[in-house]
Amino acid sequence: MFEVCGLTHFFGGLKAVSNFNLELKGGELVGLIGPNGAGKSTIFNLICGLYNPSEGKIEIKGRNLRGLRPHQVTAAGIARTFQNIRLWPNLTVLDNLRIARHYELGYGLMDILLKTPRLTRGEKDIKDHAQEMEKLLGLDKYSQEQVRNLPYGVQRKVEIARALMTKPQLLLLDEPAAGMNLQEKDDLIDLIRWVRQEFKLTIWIIEHEMRLVMTLCEFIQVLDFGEIIAQGKPEEIQNNPQVIEAYLGKEDL
Amino acid sequence: MIRRPLVFLGASLFLLIIGLSWTGWLDSYTQLILLFIGVNIILSSSLNLINGYMGEFSCGHAGFMAVGAYVTSLLTVWFFTDSSPFGPNLFSPQWAVFFFPLLLLLGGLAAALAGLMVAVPSFRTRGDYLAIITLATSYIIKSAIENIQTIGGARGFMGMKRVINGMEDFVNVPWMMIWTGIFVILTIVMIQRFVTSTYGKGIMAIREDEISAEIMGVNTQKAKMVAFMFSSGLAGIAGGLFAHILGYINPGSFTILKSTEVMVMVYLGGMGSLSGSVLSAVLLTLILELLRPLQVLKWVIVPLLLFLLMLFRPEGLLGHRELTDVFPGLRRLLGVKGRD
Repeated sequence: MFEVCGLTHFFGGLKAVSNFNLELKGGELVGLIGPNGAGKSTIFNLICGLYNPSEGKIEIKGRNLRGLRPHQVTAAGIARTFQNIRLWPNLTVLDNLRIARHYELGYGLMDILLKTPRLTRGEKDIKDHAQEMEKLLGLDKYSQEQVRNLPYGVQRKVEIARALMTKPQLLLLDEPAAGMNLQEKDDLIDLIRWVRQEFKLTIWIIEHEMRLVMTLCEFIQVLDFGEIIAQGKPEEIQNNPQVIEAYLGKEDL
Repeated sequence: MIRRPLVFLGASLFLLIIGLSWTGWLDSYTQLILLFIGVNIILSSSLNLINGYMGEFSCGHAGFMAVGAYVTSLLTVWFFTDSSPFGPNLFSPQWAVFFFPLLLLLGGLAAALAGLMVAVPSFRTRGDYLAIITLATSYIIKSAIENIQTIGGARGFMGMKRVINGMEDFVNVPWMMIWTGIFVILTIVMIQRFVTSTYGKGIMAIREDEISAEIMGVNTQKAKMVAFMFSSGLAGIAGGLFAHILGYINPGSFTILKSTEVMVMVYLGGMGSLSGSVLSAVLLTLILELLRPLQVLKWVIVPLLLFLLMLFRPEGLLGHRELTDVFPGLRRLLGVKGRD
């Protein structure tokens, strides 16, 4: 379903990502881990169109994504969340969710100015969708709250809800557990599992928190200095000496 | 029970003003103030789209107003009078009654195209840098007009009064009051529809976080283009009305001072608040008129007001809120829903 092949990217002379490969059949829950500055977020940014990769191929369902602008990538079925929450803080939860349907409004500018039935229908459809999403994720009580006034954990949830509003096939989660306490992390694990089942999604997670990745993911890749140094099932990764070295440093005796 | 009180209220106010002007109950000075209030409402609410809802800083609104004013005036004077630089009139003067709104829209369209001069750079830059581009744009427009001698250059352009006279000879009603009223109502309705639609909310997402807006599916380039063209187009319409109210325009009417005046209205009323913009356009126009007897002192008092406003209420009278948010009782009275 989704394929990344030979993805390479330079920032000036620095090779940030080198020859990254991943193939997903659909329905998997995969993880990408690695030390700070390994290039994990760069990979997500390359996929969602924020940067144009120097080399490589990105395809979803046989459709090329390379060179598309971010909103086109979203329309093609890839949604993401951000490491440091990037919601629209002064807008309400409902508006945050509604705007995520911007790629598929069902009406045009003229419909707005003339208030045609198409506008009324499109807006109703979007609003119903957003309210249904709020109910599903238990956000309905915050619907009219401005996002900036919400607790951190709830904001994380709103961000996932917003990503789901774009009806993605592949969901990219960039460090979803960053800044969470133990209880919140447990809730997050349940949430991610539930989301995957409910929406029949493929999920790809970048994470620092080892426990979360090990419990959730079926397949893990380890990135260091832009290169994959190991990949496989969680238990294979856990005992891989190269991974331990990358994370903890070499044992000097 | 009236089904839509707000529409009823707007329509009756409109008819009342027209009626009073027609019968001569309102003297021509009061009428002139009302007309300027109308023009200022269009200007401030359209600038609010950019400075308030989209969070950019445009300080060249007067430039787009100038484009609309000149294009509309040139066309009306050419079509309906024999005093234009392009030769004798094409149509009999009474046709102006039907053509005027169309030519006004054409002026708006020309201003919207001029808006592209700001919209396209806005894809690559924002904030202070874009503000400088808007300023430069308004200077380009002003000096272009100053240097085209066929349309009067720095001396200005006139003849619009004869167009209005032509309309009044045909049917004797206060035409400018009617057109201004209609376009004020259209502007408010359209901006209201725009900013409450999901499409328009995308503009606010750009203000809040442009990158995440783009990544979450908002075509930010297109949205910016729509916002800039919509805003400058409305400014052009305001310019066309302004030109026909005064009957004379010159490039000096569309300087940075005019842009500043509109910006003051936006900031006084509150960014991202349509009712705030309307309210402050009315207030500021009235205050400036009432203080006219003070002459030079006026320009001490008005800036002082701004000074105090910025110190004690920097978000303006209604920052990012509507009148109905401040007085929820109005909601039931006017039969409008809360914002959602």
